[in-house]
Amino acid sequence: MTEIVMDQTPPILQGPSDKERKYDRQLRLWAASGQAALESANILLVNSGAGTVGVETLKNLILPGIGRFVIHDNALVDEADLGVNFFLDDSCHGKPRAQCLASLLGELNPEVDGDWSPKTKNDSLGSLLKKSPLFTAIMYTYPINHVELESLEQYSKEHKTPLIAIHSTGFYSYFTIRLPGIFPIVDTHPDETATTDLRLLSPWPELVEFAKTMTKDIDSLDNFEHGHLPYVVILLHYLDKWKATHNGTYPSTYKEKTEFRQLVRDAARTDNPEGGEENFDEAAAAVLKTVAPFSLPSGLKEVFEYEHKGPIQERPTFWIIADAVKVFYTNHGSLPLPGNVPDMKAQSKVYVQLQNIYKAKARKDAAEVLQTAQAIAGTGREVDPAEVDLFCKNAAFVKLINVEGGGDTAPLGSKERLQQVLRQEMANDQVAEMTLQPMSLFPIYLALRGLAHCGNASSDKTQIVEAVKSLLSDNLSSEEYGDLNEKLGNVAEDLARAEYGELHNISALTGGMVAQEMIKIITKQYIPIDNTCVFDGIRSRTQVFHV
Amino acid sequence: MSSPEVLPDSEAKRWKYLNNVRTRPGAFVDPEEFDGSTVVENMDKIKIFGAGGLGCEILKNLALSGFKDISVIDMDTIDISNLNRQFLFRHADVGKFKAEVAAKFVERRVKGVKITPYNCKIQDFDEDFYQQFQIVVCGLDSIEARRWINATLVNMASCENPDSMKPLIDGGTEGFKGQARVILPTMGSCIECQLDMHAPRAAVPLCTLASIPRQPEHCIEWAHVIAWDKEKPFPQLDKDDPEHITWLYQKALERAKEFNISGVTYSLTQGVVKNIIPAIAATNSVIAAACCNEALKIASSCAPFLGTPGEGEPNYMMYSGNDSIYTYTFKHEQKEDCPVCGMTARVLKVNPKWTLEELIESFATLPEAQLKKPSVRAEGKTLYMQLPPNLEEQTRPNLGKTLEQLGLTEGTEIAVTDPAFVGVVFNFSLKFA
Repeated sequence: MTEIVMDQTPPILQGPSDKERKYDRQLRLWAASGQAALESANILLVNSGAGTVGVETLKNLILPGIGRFVIHDNALVDEADLGVNFFLDDSCHGKPRAQCLASLLGELNPEVDGDWSPKTKNDSLGSLLKKSPLFTAIMYTYPINHVELESLEQYSKEHKTPLIAIHSTGFYSYFTIRLPGIFPIVDTHPDETATTDLRLLSPWPELVEFAKTMTKDIDSLDNFEHGHLPYVVILLHYLDKWKATHNGTYPSTYKEKTEFRQLVRDAARTDNPEGGEENFDEAAAAVLKTVAPFSLPSGLKEVFEYEHKGPIQERPTFWIIADAVKVFYTNHGSLPLPGNVPDMKAQSKVYVQLQNIYKAKARKDAAEVLQTAQAIAGTGREVDPAEVDLFCKNAAFVKLINVEGGGDTAPLGSKERLQQVLRQEMANDQVAEMTLQPMSLFPIYLALRGLAHCGNASSDKTQIVEAVKSLLSDNLSSEEYGDLNEKLGNVAEDLARAEYGELHNISALTGGMVAQEMIKIITKQYIPIDNTCVFDGIRSRTQVFHV
Repeated sequence: MSSPEVLPDSEAKRWKYLNNVRTRPGAFVDPEEFDGSTVVENMDKIKIFGAGGLGCEILKNLALSGFKDISVIDMDTIDISNLNRQFLFRHADVGKFKAEVAAKFVERRVKGVKITPYNCKIQDFDEDFYQQFQIVVCGLDSIEARRWINATLVNMASCENPDSMKPLIDGGTEGFKGQARVILPTMGSCIECQLDMHAPRAAVPLCTLASIPRQPEHCIEWAHVIAWDKEKPFPQLDKDDPEHITWLYQKALERAKEFNISGVTYSLTQGVVKNIIPAIAATNSVIAAACCNEALKIASSCAPFLGTPGEGEPNYMMYSGNDSIYTYTFKHEQKEDCPVCGMTARVLKVNPKWTLEELIESFATLPEAQLKKPSVRAEGKTLYMQLPPNLEEQTRPNLGKTLEQLGLTEGTEIAVTDPAFVGVVFNFSLKFA
């Protein structure tokens, strides 16, 4: 083996590439796998009106490095564009807006391919959709004309393409994400505060053995050993003691848990310079979170109970793995162990041993799930072990997006659904008024929909309100309209002054949110909104609706 | 609806969308109290300055919000890792000053806007400099810098001169999260009042680093704090030098091997040593735009703005985008005992048996103080001064004495200063525990 000369700084081994350095700050959020997904993405923007919000969204997708974008925009650049859109300049006057935007946006990231349309009179949106490579997602802004909107909806249906509608006028905006069918997310990146699954109430033999060995003569351990017992081991030991004096049951009521916690606190030695033991503090602090019986998380429950049509072999791998996990759960009464252990005061060697015990069990469980999944998938199809591992690690946090509500819930996107949400929001407002909580932003969403329905810049308050009423049809009682009228009226009045124009700040803010959501959908990491987000630029608030 | 003021033809056409909104009262402003005809002229004259990592977004937004006289202060030069979000910079700009490059870019792109860059720290200027501005927008990347500008603006504000009260609009981001807030110095909650919203990260105990590491981060911090000090491979640690990071990475790797710990990578090493915060364009867009939206509303009065004084009026928006989209917009209340803008001394729980040195060290981690080099006076007497050196030498013997021995009693008021906050006195009233 060659000798390493220690007093010479080694050459920069495995240093990051230029691209890794450029993308460093974002790779820390979605890692190489997320970045790869972004770089394969082909995004279409159908732009119209003041044309800014879609462009600001694109900026936030081009910078992190999507593969390709196309802008379809029928407008020619005019003076008003230069007072709102950053990606146009004086030299663009009279030119096709799509061309100038593609050029100035393209400068943001040389790794990204950009194109624009229409280049000639014959280049309709329809022809662009036909000849382009498959789009990963399509976004469009209001006031899109209805013929173009229909082409997009057709394409989206045929190719199962996520379709994002964006509307920004004056101080208000909303965007809606229409996903093709149900959208599962495994890599939800739960917050650090989310509980780690330590399985203290159902330890497996290796863990039990480990804890027993460490605490066999706990009271005769020297101060160093006692003060470095990992809190997992401490809790297991005292849970055992509790069981012995409580008919074989674990602490379950709040009173019992606080009693147990005190028991643990009292077990700490105080005859030392610190007057206590940090590991026992950690143990006491962990009691309420970790001494809790298992309950199936709602997200996973929804996955298990989802009613499919058609045979399982035809579904995406997610569902095959989910079924395998369901089998595991049915057989064992618990989920596959995720296997991570939080940091805790302990000797390094002991901590690593403990970690390995958890990792070994996690590997074993994942292997079992993989076997089951492969059996379900059949011989014609390979199940990726990495996908199984990811699911097992995140099982407690998986989420389904874009689920149609069962029973009475009207279909998403329907008029009836709109009415249902409106009724719910008006009811919430009555409570909110009494409890000094903020009011619903739903009137803003309706007003913007109404404005789009009117379709022109001279729409005034009355026209907008009338358009909203026709959108909702006449199922609402005059009493319900009464409530809505006032709130809607204010928004419509504030909206009307903008004359269908965009304010740069509102469009920049909205562009940030839309891009963030599209990144979540493309990378399949983090949890997207479901499905409409409204921004109130007067009060600086957002609200998400399921319409 | 009143129509926008008559302007030179192309100007009127260019700013059509903006003027439709900013010169009209809308539904939430009393039309009797609003004069749309002066808005454009007034905003043309407003001097506004922006600084920090959100700088590119802020400059773009302010320029397209009708502000004509913008200053930007930033001491940083452009780094390749900025390019994924600081969109006014290109590969060829790496190494140049951010303020300068950003200013030039926006001036070229948005005609009629004047942007004056200052390639230095905000702390390099004094109150006289900041008097010239009407609004301050900050997207700084450190608590210290924020506290400094806050203290400066609060100290400047006096009720005799309404022009001396400069609204401070502050934004910050971290990954998918961020906040935007408006501070009206002396009239409401300030950055110092809000210090409890940014708890300092708990440092890893030295004994963990020295003898019982368990995580890859512990190995890296050991290399950073202990091994580097001992072996001094280079005279001064340069966290931006890949050679220095590589040295730390290799050292951390060796230590990790020794303790059977996995997970030490170059990227993690960099992250720990530089305290890297993940950042993307999208979140920066949201927060910077929220800030500049408030600036536009404050400057034009065309709509209610965040930070409006009054009962229950929100001044703080928190944003979270990792799990759906959530905002929480609320009023953070001014603290009576705020060391910067409050009237009364803040109660400080201390042990009378503490030495002065222990008291002084506690200020660093105390969430409501966070002072790294504090000097202390009590009832006219100087207890300990960090500077100048001769005064430090003179007062050093006091460090070993207990608070009791120094004659401090229950209720004694102490005055603490710190070189990071010139002109600010942190007043505490001692409570013996």
